[in-house]
Order: sequence, then C-alpha cells, then structure tokens
Amino acid sequence: MNLFKLSWNNIWAKPLNAALNLLLIAFGTAILTVLLLASTQIENKLDKNSKDIDLVVGAKGSPLQLILSSIYYIDFPTGNIPMKEAKKLMKSPFVKRAVPLAMGDNYNGVRIVGTDSNYISLYGLKLQSGQFWKADLEATIGANVAATQNLKIGDKFHGGHGLTEMKDQHDDHTYTVVGILAPQQNVTDNLILTGIGSIWKMHGDEGESNEHHDHEGAADHTHDDDREFTSLLIQYRSPMAVAMFPMMVNQTTNMQAASPAQESTRLFSLIGVGVDTLQWFALLIMFIAAISVFINLYNSLKERSYDLAIMRTLGASKGKLFSLIILEGLILTIIGTLIGIALGHGVLHLIGNYQESSQAKMTGLLFIKEEIYLLIAGLAIGMVAAIIPAVQAYRSNLSNILAKN
Amino acid sequence: MISIQAVSQQYPTGSLLTFADWQVNNGEQWLLLGQSGSGKTTLLHILTGLQKPTSGTVAINGIDLYRLSAKKLDAFRGQHIGIVFQRPHLIKSLNVTENLLLAQSFAGLPTDKKRIEVVLDSLAMAHKKHAYPQALSQGQLQRVTIARAVINKPTLLIADEPTSSLDDKNAAAVLALLKEQSELNQATLVVATHDKRVKDAFNLTYSLA
Repeated sequence: MNLFKLSWNNIWAKPLNAALNLLLIAFGTAILTVLLLASTQIENKLDKNSKDIDLVVGAKGSPLQLILSSIYYIDFPTGNIPMKEAKKLMKSPFVKRAVPLAMGDNYNGVRIVGTDSNYISLYGLKLQSGQFWKADLEATIGANVAATQNLKIGDKFHGGHGLTEMKDQHDDHTYTVVGILAPQQNVTDNLILTGIGSIWKMHGDEGESNEHHDHEGAADHTHDDDREFTSLLIQYRSPMAVAMFPMMVNQTTNMQAASPAQESTRLFSLIGVGVDTLQWFALLIMFIAAISVFINLYNSLKERSYDLAIMRTLGASKGKLFSLIILEGLILTIIGTLIGIALGHGVLHLIGNYQESSQAKMTGLLFIKEEIYLLIAGLAIGMVAAIIPAVQAYRSNLSNILAKN
Repeated sequence: MISIQAVSQQYPTGSLLTFADWQVNNGEQWLLLGQSGSGKTTLLHILTGLQKPTSGTVAINGIDLYRLSAKKLDAFRGQHIGIVFQRPHLIKSLNVTENLLLAQSFAGLPTDKKRIEVVLDSLAMAHKKHAYPQALSQGQLQRVTIARAVINKPTLLIADEPTSSLDDKNAAAVLALLKEQSELNQATLVVATHDKRVKDAFNLTYSLA
C-alpha cells in the first residue's frame, strides 16, 4: 500500500470534485497548448517561406498584402508592375537574384504561378517525378496538389480565372502536368508552377487582347513593352542593399518594395494582441483551477482530519501526511495538464481540418519541446495549491483531533 | 514492559494533572478506570506517544518514548502500539485488506497478505476482506479496527472506551475479542473505560481519581 495509491484513491473517492478540477486545468492547458502550437507553426511557416527572400517588389498598395500574396500566397496581389520597369530593377547591381512572378489564375483554388527557372534555385526545389516546366502551358505541381487534386504526369487541366474559385475557365488553353515536386514543407507544396509565358498566353497574348480582364494580379497585355509581372522576389547581393535598394524602389519608381522580415513582424504584432488576450484568459483559468484544487484539498482535509490522525497512530510521520496531500495536488494537476495538452492537439488538428487556406493549414500532430513547460507549470500549480493544506496536515495536533471524537 | 514515572500534564487552562506511577508487565491485561474528565484520554495519549507530558517519563520495552525523534516515535508507535478507538474508523477510500496493508506499510514493515488473512480469520472477518468500510456494520467495523490494531503484533494493545456505545451482549463480545487477540498476539492489553460492566473481566486495575 504505497502513498501514491492512497492519494489516488482519496482523489477518486470524490469523483465530481476531481472531475471539476481536471476540467479546469485541462481547459486552461488546452488553450495554452493551442496558442503555443499555432504560433509556433505560423512562425515556422513564415520563416521557412521567406527564408531566402530579402525583398518583394510589386505594385503600390499595402506592403503586408504584397508580402502575403507573393510569399505566402494567401491574400490577393496588389496589382501588376510593368515588365520594362521590373527588368531594370533585376539588372541592378544590388540584386543577386530576382524572380518574377505572374499570378491571376487557379485550378480548383490552387494558385497557378508563372515564374522562371530562378524560382527553382531560390526555393531549392526538387522533383519527385517528371521534370520542371519548359514550354508554355507545361506545369510542375506541388506534392500536396498532386495528392489532393489527383493529378499525375501527363494529366491535362484548365486554369480558371481569379485566385480562389473555378469560374470563367480558360477553356481554350490546356495545361499539361510535366512534373511533380518532392514535398518541400513550404508554400510550393500547394502551388502549380508554370512559365510566365503561360500566364501571358492565358490572358490574351495571342490575339485576344480585346478581351478585357479586370481582376487583380493578371498579366494582361500583348506587346512586349506592355507585358506585366505581378511581383519580383529579390535576393540582395550585399548587406548594403538593405538600406539603399528599397528606398530607391519606393522613391524613383512607381512600384513599392516590401521586406518580408518587417512585414512578418508587423503581422505578428497585429495577431499578437489576440494571442495575448487569449493567453491571459488561459492563465486566468489556470489560476482558477489552482484555487479550485486548493479549496478541494482544504475542504477534504477538514473532513479527513480524523483519517489523517488515524494514519499518524498507525505510524505515518508528519512528513508522510505532507507528501500525501502534495501528491494529491500533483496527481490532479498532472493528469489535468496531460488531458489539456492532448485536447489542445486534438482541437488544433480539428481546426486544421476545417481551414480553407491550404497555405496556412495547421496540424495537431506536431509536438514541440515547449510543451514540457506546460507540464512543469502544471506541476507548479499542483504544488502551490497543495502546499497550505499539506502544511496544515503536517501541523495538525494529533491528540486534540483524536480526543474530540 | 511499560512504565510511567512521575508523569504530570499541565493543561492550557492551568490545572495540573498528576498520574500515579504505573508498571505493566508483559502479557498482563489491565483496566484503566476513570470517569469522563478524569484524564483518561490524556493518559492514553501520553502512553501511546501522541502527547508529550509536561514532565515524567514513559518507557515501553525500556525505550523512553519522548526521547525519540518525532519520526522515530511515529514509527515506534506503528510497530509496537496498537490502538482501538471508541469509534471504529477506517479509511473510507480503501477496502478492508487495503486498510490493513496501510497499517503495515505506515509502520515501516513489509506488507504481508498472509498475516492479514490470519488476523481477519481469527476475527471471523475473512469473508469481508474486499469490502469497503461503508458496506460494513458497526460491529464488523469494530472487528476490523481490532484487526488493524493487532496486525503488526504490537507490544501494547490499547483500547479507548471500546464498549461505551454497545449493549451488554456486544460489550462482552468485544471485550472477549480484545482479550483473546491480546493473548493470541502476546500483547499487553490496557482497556480504558468508565464502563462499570467491564470491571469484572479484569484483575488488574489502574484507577484515576
């Protein structure tokens, strides 16, 4: 008959009280777990996807929107930029590598991105099968796209106009899948990549210039001079460019330059308010849980004072009773914390399943080492909640309690 | 052998209680007789190491109880003194066997299920070994608390008012059980009571004025 078994039995002698405590602790921990996992995953995604990109140049508008659309493929593009202007920037001595992007079409909600071979080296893309796009209307698709859209090499599909849904199909031009990317764990898993020429072709390069598309993000024009990109991803040649190049773009051209690092930070400070609020809410619940555990132990101590006195007469030392009460607090909070962590993972996985944007999808199957801190926090709460009742059990006057009965 | 010498207890209210010296030899069965408020419970608590007297010494088997450290005293009590309280009280969240296992492990002794079977059997309670306290009658509870008191083969078996709430028949039965168990386990028995019915069962009496 060890102390743990005794504590365990004592807890479950009052199942409703135990359940309430577990519920409170689990709920608080679950919220913290979701916050922790979600912010870690978002941060990872932001970092991974903008890893080698120093600057994005696009049409004037919201810099955050430009970053979201050109790096994370979430928001709509800010508009288009003239190819002639863009080419000048690409040749700038500050620029080590510049990758043009042309967007505006989708296939079942998957974005079709027109670009050139620099994109492959920028993201370090690898093929799972087939080859990279070469001719117009050849497409290399991300690993997730292949899986979710059931596309394989040789399959043909029509692009749709816009970025989100399949309306207004380009029926007269057909893409052919020529390659499938190996899983990259970044945005390219959920993209269809093709040459820039394909996008231009879609949007009336071949004598369809009178057909007017007025949506954001398309490259619409016939003549070489009038051709457009959606944006440019830029890698600097030297750190000096950080100070000079964006200023140059913003002041001397009709385009804007946005830094992924800056905008991600800004985005985080925006989300941060909500995260902070939820965090305080979760901490409040944890605090209430601690009080609940305390009240539970304190009350049961009063009822059990005779029990504890009997245990002393059986040879249990004061220290044993102290440990017994502390153990009860710890068992409650540790189980509650574990349930909470499991619950948090489950909830996040559920959220991930209902998320529309494939680019921001979250998973509950990721475990991070920070969760250990949640467990430690649970332990600490159990300790704090149990310490006063435990000290009381330690100090209780045996003779008085026994004499009263 | 138990001896108390020059023991007195000062109460917070100021009154001083002095106890006559008392020597109990191994295997003897004593009655500790006294009216309520005569200091009976105080003497029992002093005797069992639950309450340090203001002055005097208490020795069991030659060991001065109040010279032991608190922890050692607790362990000594668990191993050498069995106490039967007036109100039979078991730990509600544990069944009969577990309550007895608890008594073994709290005393710092190895758990011994065979010993538990033997003791329960001697008290005709073997069939209730898996029952929880709330499923037992008062009489059965009392038997289990007696079992708990003798489970570690104590030197001293002490019963505090074991018969006060029982009718004549049951009082006699409990007394018989206590005497039987103390003989069976070679324990010295001290029964504290104000119950006149008990008197005749004992030759040796220590009376509190």
